[in-house]
Amino acid sequence: LNFVVCVKQTPDTAELPKVSAEEATRGEIKATLVLNPWDEFAVEEGLLLEERFGGEVSVMTVGPEKATEALKDAIARGIKNAILLEDPAFAGSDAWGTASILAAAIRKNGPFDVILTGKQSVDGNSGLVAPGLARKLGASLLTHVAKIVDIAEGKITVERQLEEGRETVAASLPAVVSVSKEINEPRYPSFMGIRKAARATIPVWTASDLSLESGAIGSAGAVTRWQDVRKPPPRSSEVVIVDEDSVEATAAQLADLLLAEKVI
Amino acid sequence: MDLQFTPEHEQVRRLVREFAEKEIRPVIRQLDREQRFDRSILQRMATLGFLGICLPVAYGGAGMDYISLGIVCEELEYVDTSLRVILSVHTGLNSLTLFQWGSEFQKQRWLVPQARGETIAAFGLTEPDAGTDVAALRATARRDGDSYILSGEKTWISLANVADHFLFFAKTDPQADPPHRGISCFVVERGRPGFSSGAHHGKLGVRAGDTGWFICQDVRVPLENRLGEEGEGFKIAMSALDNGRYTVAAGALGLTRACLDSSLAYAGQRKTFGVPISQHQLVKRMLSLMVQRVEVGRLLVYQAGWLKNRGVRNTRETALAKWTCTDSSFDSAADAVQIHGAYGYSDEYDVERFLRNSKGAVIYEGTRELQQLIQADYMLGNRQDRPLRRELPAYDAERWQADGWE
Repeated sequence: LNFVVCVKQTPDTAELPKVSAEEATRGEIKATLVLNPWDEFAVEEGLLLEERFGGEVSVMTVGPEKATEALKDAIARGIKNAILLEDPAFAGSDAWGTASILAAAIRKNGPFDVILTGKQSVDGNSGLVAPGLARKLGASLLTHVAKIVDIAEGKITVERQLEEGRETVAASLPAVVSVSKEINEPRYPSFMGIRKAARATIPVWTASDLSLESGAIGSAGAVTRWQDVRKPPPRSSEVVIVDEDSVEATAAQLADLLLAEKVI
Repeated sequence: MDLQFTPEHEQVRRLVREFAEKEIRPVIRQLDREQRFDRSILQRMATLGFLGICLPVAYGGAGMDYISLGIVCEELEYVDTSLRVILSVHTGLNSLTLFQWGSEFQKQRWLVPQARGETIAAFGLTEPDAGTDVAALRATARRDGDSYILSGEKTWISLANVADHFLFFAKTDPQADPPHRGISCFVVERGRPGFSSGAHHGKLGVRAGDTGWFICQDVRVPLENRLGEEGEGFKIAMSALDNGRYTVAAGALGLTRACLDSSLAYAGQRKTFGVPISQHQLVKRMLSLMVQRVEVGRLLVYQAGWLKNRGVRNTRETALAKWTCTDSSFDSAADAVQIHGAYGYSDEYDVERFLRNSKGAVIYEGTRELQQLIQADYMLGNRQDRPLRRELPAYDAERWQADGWE
């Protein structure tokens, strides 16, 4: 079986509050950049699938040269093949454009059975790349996947994590699977992996390698526009101490308050 | 001149940071309160390859360099001193000493399992009546045919109740003049008849760490357990300290950074007189001193690591880094508590633990006063480095990562 993990390099979550709206708009973020935390689960699942079913796992990202660091992180965790998709023409791509670039690269990479992604990125947060990829590749789409039960006879069976519980579904291959954090516990990089990553030369594929028309990608091909980028206002919090005459009354009052705040 | 860490170093740093934040930060306050050493943490560090970080792959290590050892120590002590102590004792004082002085047989027998983290090692130099004055130690090793009979008590030994192997310094010639020429070094394994150990409780700091004593009461070990020649023990101990002090200095740098980060966060949020306290000049002064200590410490620590990588003797530079960084972490922790005010005096915040943890390193592995004497004596010409029979090998990435050694 052939697996491809699509990842993104994002600011370190701990430093997200420091990123200004201007930096985000320009795309020049000064914060420490890391492998998107949600994608760590996808990388881990790729490695686990390779262990379970054999085959090859590749990791890809669309981004500037600096994004090779995110790919090297994946190599340090054990992934053997990595490809950077980099071209000035890619700049300004939205989720749809990114999906087009990734889909072209996945096709160029060879046969594919399962494409893995994180549920979303911690910066863009749209979660739209996986559906876009499924559409572009003509593959099944499985989101919020908390467990891959089996892959056999051209079918993949998974458990999806929903608000009400879990559902088990099967879909035909190839499939795009976006994973939730319940799926696994990502491993740490190993020192041997770190050394391999440091020595790895990562191939770069450009728009012409992927035969992509300039109108379909970059800002020209974007079908969504950012009208306005703002930082969310800081959350205000308030402490309320519930203290009624009896334990029952206190509990009832607390339950009412939690319901009113839609916590429960 | 290149002061950059390599991408490999950066990845090592991220890995250790992730481990410490995810697995240690959530439990450390409780372990410290309960004065409990959690052996599973040691096991995790072994599994991840931390314990053999800078040892060659051929000897069971991770094949990284001495700078990586510093980085691991720095990031571990950023979260808690007890973690860094494990590296100091197991890797710095014991394993690197076996690597430097051991015969091939000894390396295969003890170093390989230690580098893999399958066995744990400690260092037995200090005695109830011999600390800074090493030559005053009373432990003895008496030759008896093909073996030695070891006797003596060692105290303030980190991992005393956890370790499987110990380096044991003892006098093979109690009449030697000068006395330090009568010291020899041995490997003693727990489980040999006559060996016993126990724990120290009521320590000011590093309460999540294991510290104790061990006694050898007529413990018989074969000749092959002697490390180096008879009478070479003092030199072996001093070269072990060149590596141990490096790990202590690097850890103290991490602790100073932790003090700075905690103080920055708190000072930005706590308000007095209508403004965050970070806007008061005297608070800024404390913050700026921490910045200075971090930057100076970083230069000194990694200068020492760089010298080790190149195979250059670094006794003076390492001692300077150890003195500077441990003083820095103690002063920074005291200021961090001051910035946190009354909250800093409670274990609700980390800084009180930082203050308690920082004091030990100003004392152990050579007191601040001893480090100062070393600096002065080098400058006065009273002290010179003489070549050793066995030097710590310079780092060579290819050699370190090859399947065989040599």
